[in-house]
Amino acid sequence: MRTVDLSTTELRNLNQALHELSEGTNETEWQITNPRGSHAVAVGVNAPIDVTIRGSVGYYCGGMNRLAKITVNGSAGPGVAENMMSGEIIVKGDASQYAGATGKGGLLVIEGNASSRCGISMKGIDIVVRGNIGHMSAFMAQAGNLVVCGDAGDALGDSIYEAKLFVRGSVKSLGADCIEKEMRPEHTEVLGNLLHRAGITNLTPKDFKRYGSARKLYNFSIDHADAYG
Amino acid sequence: MCGIVGLFIKDESLEPNLGEMLSGMLGTMCDRGPDSAGFAVYGSPENGVVKVTLQSADPAQFNSLQTKLSKILGRSVAVTSKDTHAILRVDHDIFDTTREVLRDQFPQFRVMAVGERIEIYKEVGYPTDVAGRFGLANMRGTHGIGHTRMATESAVTSIGAHPFSTGSDQCLVHNGSLSNHNNLRRELKHEGRTFETENDTEVAAAYLSAQMDKGLSLGASLEKSLGDLDGFYTFVVGTRDGFGVLRDPVACKPAVLAETDRYVAFGSEYRALVGLPDIESARVWEPEPATVYFWGR
Amino acid sequence: MSYANPPTVPRKSATFDDYTLSEIRRAASTGIYDIRGAGAKRKLPHFDDLLFLGASISRYPLEGYRERCDTDVVLGARFAKKPLHLKIPITIAGMSFGSLSANAKEALGRGATAAGTSTTTGDGGMSVEERGQSKTLVYQYLPSRYGMNPEDLLKADAIEIVIGQGAKPGGGGMLLGQKITDRIAGMRTLPKGIDQRSASRHPDWTGPDDLEIKILELREITDWQKPIFIKVGGARPYYDVALAVKAGADVVVVDGMQGGTAATQEVFIENVGMPTLACIRPAVQALQDLGVHRKVQLIISGGIRNGADVAKALALGADAVSIGTAALVALGDNDPVHEQEYAALGTTAGAYDDWHEGKDPAGITTQEPSLTARLDPVLAGRRLANYLKVMTLEAQTVARACGKNHLHNLEPEDLCALTVEAAAMARVPLAGTDWIPGRF
Repeated sequence: MRTVDLSTTELRNLNQALHELSEGTNETEWQITNPRGSHAVAVGVNAPIDVTIRGSVGYYCGGMNRLAKITVNGSAGPGVAENMMSGEIIVKGDASQYAGATGKGGLLVIEGNASSRCGISMKGIDIVVRGNIGHMSAFMAQAGNLVVCGDAGDALGDSIYEAKLFVRGSVKSLGADCIEKEMRPEHTEVLGNLLHRAGITNLTPKDFKRYGSARKLYNFSIDHADAYG
Repeated sequence: MCGIVGLFIKDESLEPNLGEMLSGMLGTMCDRGPDSAGFAVYGSPENGVVKVTLQSADPAQFNSLQTKLSKILGRSVAVTSKDTHAILRVDHDIFDTTREVLRDQFPQFRVMAVGERIEIYKEVGYPTDVAGRFGLANMRGTHGIGHTRMATESAVTSIGAHPFSTGSDQCLVHNGSLSNHNNLRRELKHEGRTFETENDTEVAAAYLSAQMDKGLSLGASLEKSLGDLDGFYTFVVGTRDGFGVLRDPVACKPAVLAETDRYVAFGSEYRALVGLPDIESARVWEPEPATVYFWGR
Repeated sequence: MSYANPPTVPRKSATFDDYTLSEIRRAASTGIYDIRGAGAKRKLPHFDDLLFLGASISRYPLEGYRERCDTDVVLGARFAKKPLHLKIPITIAGMSFGSLSANAKEALGRGATAAGTSTTTGDGGMSVEERGQSKTLVYQYLPSRYGMNPEDLLKADAIEIVIGQGAKPGGGGMLLGQKITDRIAGMRTLPKGIDQRSASRHPDWTGPDDLEIKILELREITDWQKPIFIKVGGARPYYDVALAVKAGADVVVVDGMQGGTAATQEVFIENVGMPTLACIRPAVQALQDLGVHRKVQLIISGGIRNGADVAKALALGADAVSIGTAALVALGDNDPVHEQEYAALGTTAGAYDDWHEGKDPAGITTQEPSLTARLDPVLAGRRLANYLKVMTLEAQTVARACGKNHLHNLEPEDLCALTVEAAAMARVPLAGTDWIPGRF
């Protein structure tokens, strides 16, 4: 295992070293210590490696990740796993705003709570949150799945496209064009699979409700002019 | 656009460390606001004494202020200077006269804050340098608020730095950008309030002071501001005995709160909090939009 | 002879002119705002209101063709390891594959590459056609993040963080259903045929303090190789440019209100933002106040049409200009050759702006295969290269006349203004006077 201490190593050197790895590398186990809320930790990685971060990180940890499995043993600041393409990012603590923003693939697991705008503009990523999520989550969410084991805040799924939202607890309010939808067998399967991958064994898909787009704002119509603002 | 830190001590034994803790927190927020910095520290009340924080571009002038003022007022006053700032201590019963004298005869000194407990220090410069110049790390107190500023539209000057104080023992810092502050400033001016800067934050501070002068509590004033202030903001406010936080209804500007049995801490980012005692076991959360948080004693 | 009751001629209101009346009727009929493409059509103070003071006795001109007048520009040397070095200070502005056809994007790439300059992606990702044909490609990083991915980010030569554009500062993009084909929908991860509305703010940061951290992330992902541009719509250029610099930009792009768009509300295009001419000096002032003029480069766009406009923008302090609408015209947009078809669409060559409807007879602002096939990317690319060459020659002609061996040596003092408005906005004296309104 290679250990990088961010109290003595520059962020630049860490990310450069990670970028120099490629598929087939032997250096597959990385540990990052003393992140102390640093921004842009382990961003742009493109290798099937295992990165464990011991402590809390700042903005955009694991941004644009490909292939890597990144575990944050602490909390994550805004935009964790933003635009992730593949791989897996696990946050043991809480995540701040914009978790998984615009993500295209891979799995983001937040074991604590996620703040506002979780999954904003998500484009195919899967996000599983064990706790609650804040307001404006899944705003303009285009594709992928957002699973929330706790409660959702205000305006869930505002202006949502084709992403699927699964919430176990309460939803404070739904955003424009977001409605509760029927849980069909294919949804149960997707959800069951995500719970399994996130290591959640005490819940089953039947505990959840599904939300998604009413598709009424997909085309401009005089009858929905109020929603365009 | 900025970084904010705040600390409210619950456990008295931490009061001697307030400055040290706050200065560590402020240092982490330098890159959010490298233009200028400032902080308010609330100390213990000093028996009938009002403290006036003065600022001068020519600190040498503080030397003769004590003698001159004592002579004019016919009462002894104390002046302790720190770099470009000085704390003037006067008895409560002559405070109004003192303010008039300062305004009429010593216009070269700017009044940064007034109150039984508050002291405010703020200057242009890199935040750690500013904190160092005023010796923040050695200050003690019950609560304090710090700010690092990246100016958006108003000038980078010492009086344009935060915190802004527009009422006795009150102060406010802000991260964000208000969008209706010009009209609000005109209304408040019409009501007789005066302004030192073109800064949107000063308008927010004056608005809250105006509400409190009308008898509202800080909490009620903050609630009311949700309807009257437009734009993006995270506010942290200090009063004689308390500390409050408010985010606008959209709530994009970052904010993290942490609470333990010993203190409540605010940071624009988690980074600001990592050096605090027992932070690992603190309750850490992000304040909800349009929700007033307040701690008092 | 009788003078009894002579009739007055019919008189239309200047306030309620024909266009205004038609817009009221259109609104009353449809119940929704008008959406269109292109930029502001109203008359605005512009570069036409400035003139160069050529050399004579007090200054000496350079000989055309013989004495050199260089035109190259380096963009992004502040922090990036690999700054762009362009042969001409005229770049192609961001226009999306989606709003434009693949052939049009390819043509832009061919033309720009032949002329030694860069093209820019748009709100919709990087198409293989434009990466293939553009030697130098700027990859836009937009609020929607449609098609954003690290592979393309690493393939790009520079990254442009788009905060706003001149046609709609403070607004997001639109692409209407007619143009969301399978391929476009796939690149954007959207359902086919929807009316797409893009966000007006970035999804994961707000304000300059957060932007600084976003820039750090992009630099770390790209190993500090690529220049980072920040593009803003011209509204508060002094503050916005200063904040872009503080946040860490290598290059700032200011797009004035004549800048085009693929589609947005007409009310936005005509009523929000500042004329390009009025944006330049405050933007330059911000750079000068921070001591970074010519170190952080300024690109100006919005209504640049010819070499004189280029030279004037540079004289006022820009390092380069960017063209969008003019480039489309060079490819063949709004060409009278299609007049019959424009007439059938209820418009005329030169006025066609319903780019969002996807019916462009020139095959440029459409995804309809029978129309897109009309644009030959090789020929259209050649036309663009010719046009860029002419603009450059024109700018050199003016610069030589002012005695400059490089376009960047043009100064505001080489200009005078024809109108009080232009004099005030460009901060140059009214012709024949030493009077700059509002200054001295």
